[in-house]
Amino acid sequence: MTESTTTAMGAGAASAEDQIAALDQLETKPGKPRSLWSDAWLDLRHRPVFVVCVLLIAFLVVMALFPGLFTSVDPTHKDLAHSREAPSAQAWFGYDVQGRDIYARVIYGARWSILVGVLASLLSVLIGGTVGIMAGYRGGWLDGVASRTAEIFFGLPFVLGAIVVLTAFRSAGVNSAIAIVGAVVVSIAVLIWPVSMRIMRSAAIGARQHDYVKAARALGASTTRVLIKHLLPNCLAPVLVYATIALGEFIGLEATLSFLGIGLRDPAVSWGVMIADSRNYIRVAPYLLFFPAGFLVVTVLSFVMLGDAIRDALDPKLR
Amino acid sequence: MGRYVLRRLLQIVPVFIGTTFLIYVLIWAIPGDPFAGLCGERRCPDSFIATMTEKYHLNDSIFVQYFKYMTALVQGDFGETFNGQSVGELISLRFPVSVRLAIVAVAIEALIGVTAGILTGLRGRSFLDNLVLASTLFLISMPTFVTGFVVQQLLLKGDWEFLPPTVSDQARWSELIIPGFVLGAVAMAFVARLTRTSIMENKRSDYMRTARAKGLPNSRIVGVHLLRNSAIPVLTFLGTSLGGLMGGAIVTEGIFDIKGVGGLIYRSILDKEGFIVTGVVVLLVIVFLMVNLIIDLLYAVLDPRIRYD
Amino acid sequence: MVTRTASVVDTGEPGALPSAPLLEVADLQVEFRTHDGVAKVLNGVNYQVRAGETLAVLGESGSGKSVTAQAIMGILDVPPAAITGGAVRFHGEDLLTLPEERRRAIRGEGIAMIFQDALSALNPVFTVGFQIEEQLRVRLGLGRREARNRAIELLDLVRIPNPARRIRQYPHEFSGGMRQRAMIAMSLALDPEMLIADEPTTALDVTVQAQIMDLLAEIQAERRMGLILITHDLGVVAEVADRISVMYAGRIVEQADAASLYRSPGHPYTAALLESLPRLDQRGQTLNTIKGLPPSLLNIPSGCPFHPRCRRAEDVCRSEVPRDVRLGLGRTSACHFAEEVVAGG
Repeated sequence: MTESTTTAMGAGAASAEDQIAALDQLETKPGKPRSLWSDAWLDLRHRPVFVVCVLLIAFLVVMALFPGLFTSVDPTHKDLAHSREAPSAQAWFGYDVQGRDIYARVIYGARWSILVGVLASLLSVLIGGTVGIMAGYRGGWLDGVASRTAEIFFGLPFVLGAIVVLTAFRSAGVNSAIAIVGAVVVSIAVLIWPVSMRIMRSAAIGARQHDYVKAARALGASTTRVLIKHLLPNCLAPVLVYATIALGEFIGLEATLSFLGIGLRDPAVSWGVMIADSRNYIRVAPYLLFFPAGFLVVTVLSFVMLGDAIRDALDPKLR
Repeated sequence: MGRYVLRRLLQIVPVFIGTTFLIYVLIWAIPGDPFAGLCGERRCPDSFIATMTEKYHLNDSIFVQYFKYMTALVQGDFGETFNGQSVGELISLRFPVSVRLAIVAVAIEALIGVTAGILTGLRGRSFLDNLVLASTLFLISMPTFVTGFVVQQLLLKGDWEFLPPTVSDQARWSELIIPGFVLGAVAMAFVARLTRTSIMENKRSDYMRTARAKGLPNSRIVGVHLLRNSAIPVLTFLGTSLGGLMGGAIVTEGIFDIKGVGGLIYRSILDKEGFIVTGVVVLLVIVFLMVNLIIDLLYAVLDPRIRYD
Repeated sequence: MVTRTASVVDTGEPGALPSAPLLEVADLQVEFRTHDGVAKVLNGVNYQVRAGETLAVLGESGSGKSVTAQAIMGILDVPPAAITGGAVRFHGEDLLTLPEERRRAIRGEGIAMIFQDALSALNPVFTVGFQIEEQLRVRLGLGRREARNRAIELLDLVRIPNPARRIRQYPHEFSGGMRQRAMIAMSLALDPEMLIADEPTTALDVTVQAQIMDLLAEIQAERRMGLILITHDLGVVAEVADRISVMYAGRIVEQADAASLYRSPGHPYTAALLESLPRLDQRGQTLNTIKGLPPSLLNIPSGCPFHPRCRRAEDVCRSEVPRDVRLGLGRTSACHFAEEVVAGG
């Protein structure tokens, strides 16, 4: 648009000969080329938002992996004598309806909440990404089938599908914590994979037009090789951004499902479960809601902001 | 243009069949006893089971069941609950309430979201911009039920007459504003950000420069040239957001005690009232597909480049 | 094909061209504030255009030719850009001092502009007819039907066949050359006195280029418009320009009438440009180039900005900024050795 072109020679070289010499050097110097990723990383490192989010997430992950570091109280220990007690020195967040220490439950809750988010995100992106990249690259009937299938899933509102699927699981008698978590993860992934499929597909369609793909095929590279070595690196960016934001959203989704009573439940404790339990007592004991909801929102926020920051860093238009 | 419309209409049919079949399978092909808990504590008498099985073709293959169900449905027969209530009647009582709630939610989402997006998109980095960015991030991170609880708590504390914390049975429009806001909050945040990005990107386009070079008044450059181009992605999003609204409706109707379809469906699933669930979901899918079709047509009207696809 | 020759200026025939310039750019300075510093994009640009005259502004990418044009029109993005000095006089009035409302009134009616890539310069979601008619309706207050008829006339003027049908079509339905014609038609809607064409043919292929240039020349002759033709293509310029201003690093380094410039360039940069043109009698020889690159505008070389790339650079070129040397009637060159260069040295 406007002509504010600046050449590769930045500030510095004052004399004419130096400038020309520097220019020649630039053209022949060996060394690591700066890719989009290294540029993005350099940019991200200096953004306070990114740093804060990463630290926060790291903190939460530590909490999820080693809850014992944060509390020595047993989150499942009930003592009705303390039922619904307000926060105090012994129990920083107070006690819930069944007399369990809220602080301990919040800490232990991190584990399942985050785990569901991570696993669901990974699984749905894995399924969607694979289907998407093949559909986008190959086109033809494969693409047609994949797109129509995606449309069918899009026509089905997520929560409704989840309710139906999870109720089915429940009546099939699934009861252990791991099985319950697995059921939730699978239902989310199965219903949401079309979103990442679409993203990967349009990225693949864009990337396959590029000459380097045609060159690779002309040289006889197999489809797998072209997919993995050439297409994939160039399609990763939008999917990565989506996966990060989706992670946050899935953590929220798990909470919603638990709130509806079809997600996690005892013995698995998550923030969603705690919020669901607090439903009838909010007016008298708002801390029952406040603490788990607060942790939930902050966690989701961190992932969403992280995804946002990554997207800004990877977007060449904003440079 | 006519061909585009026709093609889109034809594309809907297989999708509709696919989705409704999928739902039907999910609901009816689930392992488990469909009669559990229907007759109270005791197990249902065999004669009852036999009659019901006969009446609802439960012994036929799933495909036959689906086919018979759909043929009845297109004639307006939604079937009956196991207790003999007309599903169609139940739904028609509650559906309009949910529709009103959805309309309010979309209206709020579009109005506030688009306005906020336009203001910040035009102005660029500013206090307002940062405020909108921060608040939208926050709203996106709050699941609908958390927003709902928080808002309800505020209403209860505030105890304002004109903003009741729960909604009456008639569910008047004015009562639905707060629940509508809660329902549309997340989508509203997305709309604001999307509009903002769209405007910021299009602001720097070459045709904007041409419009200025033509000496057109600023109001026209922004109001006609910029908006028309920026609206396109926002419109598409509004259509897809409807899908998320339905799920959020279940939560919102639960919290604010709204007698709509969300609560009905929730209880029906738990109570295993298969026909109610199927009926409502099929109806919702139809609505969703129709709305998306309209959005697609609107898109073609707004963007002439895609009419010759 | 209409050929413009330099004789119109040289003979000084009374009544041939008015002597007072229609548009005068005087010592215009523009800066761009970027992350990496302040880029001095325009460093004292001077040129004039008279009614009925074609001035070609010649230069490489980054020389500042488009920025000058946008500054004249008043459509520079003013946060990163800032006009730090100089004047732009239209009919003697300095546009830079006018309030925005008056400047806006001049756009389209006084001075109009067309751009390089008609596909992105035209709004893709409105018909071509709409985009032409809106000026007629909004600026002139014409009614719907009148505006439509006038728009069809304009499309006919630029030789677009079947204008009544084309009016209802969208930019992407036109071919490249047609689109450019449509953009020209749009720019003429308000009968401007002056037209700025920013690289109008760069995106088109050669045969279409010639047609568009002929069209512009014809229109200009009929309406006695001033025409500023911004380009980097010496071939295009030769046929059409009366006078040529050569830009480098945000300054005009040489101004002359077209014939004189081609016959005997007065600035080493111009000479090097002319030498770099491939010629039919150069078989088997390496092409001449100008070594190096245009300077970063964040860090313009001291003295003469061309000195790092100039064959005859001497110490004075490094230390002193050359002033405009008068080489004849309406002819200047910003080189310490202008007279030698003109003589062929």
